[in-house]
Amino acid sequence: MDAALKKQLEITACKARMGIIEGTFNAKSGHPGGALSCVDIITYLYFAHMNVDAANPKDENRDRFVLSKGHAAPALYAVLALKGFFPQEWIKTLRKSDSKLQGHPSIAYTPGVDMCTGSLGQGISAACGMALGAKLSGKDFRVYTVLGDGEIQEGQVWEAAMYASAKKLDNLVAVVDNNNLQIDGSVEEVNSVYPIGEKFAAFGWNVIEINAHDFDEIEKAFAAARECKGRPTLLLAKSVKGKGVSYMEDQVGWHGKAPNEEEYKQAMDELNAALAVLEK
Amino acid sequence: MSDVIKMATRDAYGKALVELGEKNDKVIVLDADLAAATKTGMFKKAFPSRFIDSGIQESNMMGVAAGLATTGFTVFASTFAMFAAGRAFEQVRNSIGYPHLNVKIGATHAGISVGEDGASHQCCEDIALMRSIPGMVIINPADAVEARAAVLAAAEYEGPVYMRFGRLAVPCVFDDSYEFKWGKAVILSEGKDVTICATGLMVNEAIEAKKLLANEGIDAEIVNVPTIKPLDAETICASASKTGCVVTAEEHNIIGGLGSAVSEAICETGTCVPVVRVGVNDVFGKSGPAVELLHIFGLDAQNIADKAKKAISLKKQG
Repeated sequence: MDAALKKQLEITACKARMGIIEGTFNAKSGHPGGALSCVDIITYLYFAHMNVDAANPKDENRDRFVLSKGHAAPALYAVLALKGFFPQEWIKTLRKSDSKLQGHPSIAYTPGVDMCTGSLGQGISAACGMALGAKLSGKDFRVYTVLGDGEIQEGQVWEAAMYASAKKLDNLVAVVDNNNLQIDGSVEEVNSVYPIGEKFAAFGWNVIEINAHDFDEIEKAFAAARECKGRPTLLLAKSVKGKGVSYMEDQVGWHGKAPNEEEYKQAMDELNAALAVLEK
Repeated sequence: MSDVIKMATRDAYGKALVELGEKNDKVIVLDADLAAATKTGMFKKAFPSRFIDSGIQESNMMGVAAGLATTGFTVFASTFAMFAAGRAFEQVRNSIGYPHLNVKIGATHAGISVGEDGASHQCCEDIALMRSIPGMVIINPADAVEARAAVLAAAEYEGPVYMRFGRLAVPCVFDDSYEFKWGKAVILSEGKDVTICATGLMVNEAIEAKKLLANEGIDAEIVNVPTIKPLDAETICASASKTGCVVTAEEHNIIGGLGSAVSEAICETGTCVPVVRVGVNDVFGKSGPAVELLHIFGLDAQNIADKAKKAISLKKQG
């Protein structure tokens, strides 16, 4: 990856992490851990890969993004705000009764959101429908979806996995954000999802394993996905829940809890320090 | 009247889809391995590239329908009512209803008249389930003529629609002059003693019940209610005010369907007349020939006539 682009993406992702903390802190609820684990990938998609235009969010030829793990909405909102889909001030209104930013993504409220998600397992099916829509209408837009690793315990994910492969949806890329943690514990303890790559490969997907926080690897994987014909691609993204905020990293307790005043300050101090280093 | 034309509403659905497909290339039909039964097979034969079979996965099919609709297609997603409204309820609610997407759910094999397959497949809860989803339109056509008209009208409407079709061939109530009026209930024949609000295959039974009641000097008004949501409360309540009592008739649980919707409208408008519901009396169905089952479960003209007399007696007590 071009060094300047990489630095720019790291800066943007760091700012998006601040948005996640800002939003959940002000909302006094939400899901920072799983938002921080997938925010690098969402940043990459919106700032370096997808064909989207904040001034024309409903462009019928745009690439689509479906956040199947809808509880990571703060990550999507932070990236959409930075990309200019809506004002940065909206971030502080997250989850409030007069906000355009719902607890889980909704096309009824938020410009730039392509699908209502949040009920786990459903986003990937909608993404399949969008990819099918591109094929049926002869358009070359591509569809991206991010799933949680706990989410793939839902049976509907495997219905969709079978479908995407059978219908040869090579314009679809699904990312499994493999932070290894779900509400009740590790995904191994609760109801093991492993081996993830082998399961998707058995369903006929092109599987690529990456470090979810390394933009070089992210770029290579999405480029490879674009070249893969005849089958959908699954990016098995090994991530760290809470990535970027020291006390949240790899802590299951930060799945669905907002930082308090002190925690907020510490997180922002850490992220500001990281940003200062990046911008030096 | 011995040569009454009989056709299942599912057959009319299949034919109407082909008709639609000919004039609108944005129409896509989805099915979940039931094309022969839901009659979407007719569309598949005519437009194979616009027919997509998901196999036996209704939840994913509804999600795919939602995604397809966001890309500008008018999507008809078909399976049995049990799986469309039951199995895939939450997908319909969250992926289609909440974003208010342009998906038409063609639910066939609704009600007891599924027949021999029995209770596992006899969905008498779908209207109740679909009514509870904000913004969902529910159409339950009386016969093949109305079914065709409803399908064509649904394609013109932007938003989610649940269309309820039957497996059993039923008499055609309407002729070619029939015009489907979106969201309207229609008085089929006027009367002064009791209002009978019927939907689906019970419309024909209501018409027969009127004859039975006439023999006893009772003059029933028959109201066809093809659109259960939004309900045409104005027409129904005006008729109820005129006759002073109401019977509802539907091939659905008496809980949550037309009877409930009419009762709510009657109460909330202060119409203050008795309402007696004819429907599946909060029990599961069972196997048997469809017509026999309809009689066993009281879904027939005789029971409607009996309940009409009950409604009239309640009116007199009042």
